[in-house]
Amino acid sequence: MKGPAIVLLAFTALLAAASPSFADAKRDARAQVEFGINVAQRGLWREAIYRWEKATQIDPTYVAAYNDLAIGYEHEGQLDKARKAYEKALQLDPNNSQIRQNYELFKEINDRTAQKEK
Amino acid sequence: MIGPLRKRNSRLALGLAAASLAAVAVACGTDYYEIPIETPIQPKLDVSPFQRVLVLGFVAGGTDDVDANQETVRLLRSQLRTKSSLKVIDADIVQLIEVARDQSQGGSDEAGPREGGAPPRATNGSDRSAPGVALPSNIKDEKDLEPYERLFANTAYWKRIGEEYQNPLIVTGTVLFTGRSTSGFVQRDQETFDSLGRRRVIPTRMYMERKGFILRPKFIFIDGRSGATMYSESYREEILYNAQQNTPALSSYFELMDRLVPNFLSALSSQKIRGTRVLLK
Repeated sequence: MKGPAIVLLAFTALLAAASPSFADAKRDARAQVEFGINVAQRGLWREAIYRWEKATQIDPTYVAAYNDLAIGYEHEGQLDKARKAYEKALQLDPNNSQIRQNYELFKEINDRTAQKEK
Repeated sequence: MIGPLRKRNSRLALGLAAASLAAVAVACGTDYYEIPIETPIQPKLDVSPFQRVLVLGFVAGGTDDVDANQETVRLLRSQLRTKSSLKVIDADIVQLIEVARDQSQGGSDEAGPREGGAPPRATNGSDRSAPGVALPSNIKDEKDLEPYERLFANTAYWKRIGEEYQNPLIVTGTVLFTGRSTSGFVQRDQETFDSLGRRRVIPTRMYMERKGFILRPKFIFIDGRSGATMYSESYREEILYNAQQNTPALSSYFELMDRLVPNFLSALSSQKIRGTRVLLK
């Protein structure tokens, strides 16, 4: 009986000690991403990019923030930045089909532009 | 006594783990939003030194049903008028085939294009392009077009055209519009209705004879100030119909050109490519 109880207590203590700042950061990053989505839907892409950039600074492992940031850059014609953001998102979550689909569509445009520059 | 207590503890642990997982799942929710985007694409060419554009003419060949030179010039001029910031010069369409032949026969052109599309008259030999080279009188395929390519490298000729029209950007090139017949198996969706009247679509392979057209244009952009080629690009588009379908060559030509015009315009002016992406939360 003692075994599981100790593990449980240790787990709870660890969560209690570590989670406040970690959870706050996650919550902040998520709020930034949500705000970004909201303003992007209203056509305010620069503000959206600012929010998504902020989200990636707060939580550098936040996959959705990189995906959204890549879309924002794409919409602004900053194709190099968009590619890097997509690659980061896929590096963090290689099996995400939605990011992969976004990236494939982006590559079509990017390849066309690259051909022009040859 | 120990047994039930252990069971209760493990249930409690499982419950906590499930709750934690649910919390994580909610936190990492898979919410997504489709959003339309417009990606701006920069033009391939820097056309800022030019205020005007001259679509002079094309070396054209293939089917006799369409005057590909005339139709291409008219179509590109009309597109440039509405979709570019350059002023389109409304000059007579030049028969570049005759210009090339004249140059290859040892003639030259000091006069530039003349009214009615007649080839410029020879006055000296400074801009001859490989005199003495026989050019095919009837252009039926790409091989026949090859010898005409020399015309576009004749910078003296293009520079003089540029001088005549106050140094515009010159658009020229080659257009091959040929008929095509083919036969073989194609997959088609066949609509059937069962005894209850329910519609079903079944992919069926069938042997078909088809005919259509191939359009192979090459657009060449020449700097009217120097006569040098700035940029060129080639395309190939094809359309095939059921052999029984009688589609006029001219309408096929426009259908194929419709596919290429955005690419042509993107050389001169910035374009926006519309698409949809998925935002994640």
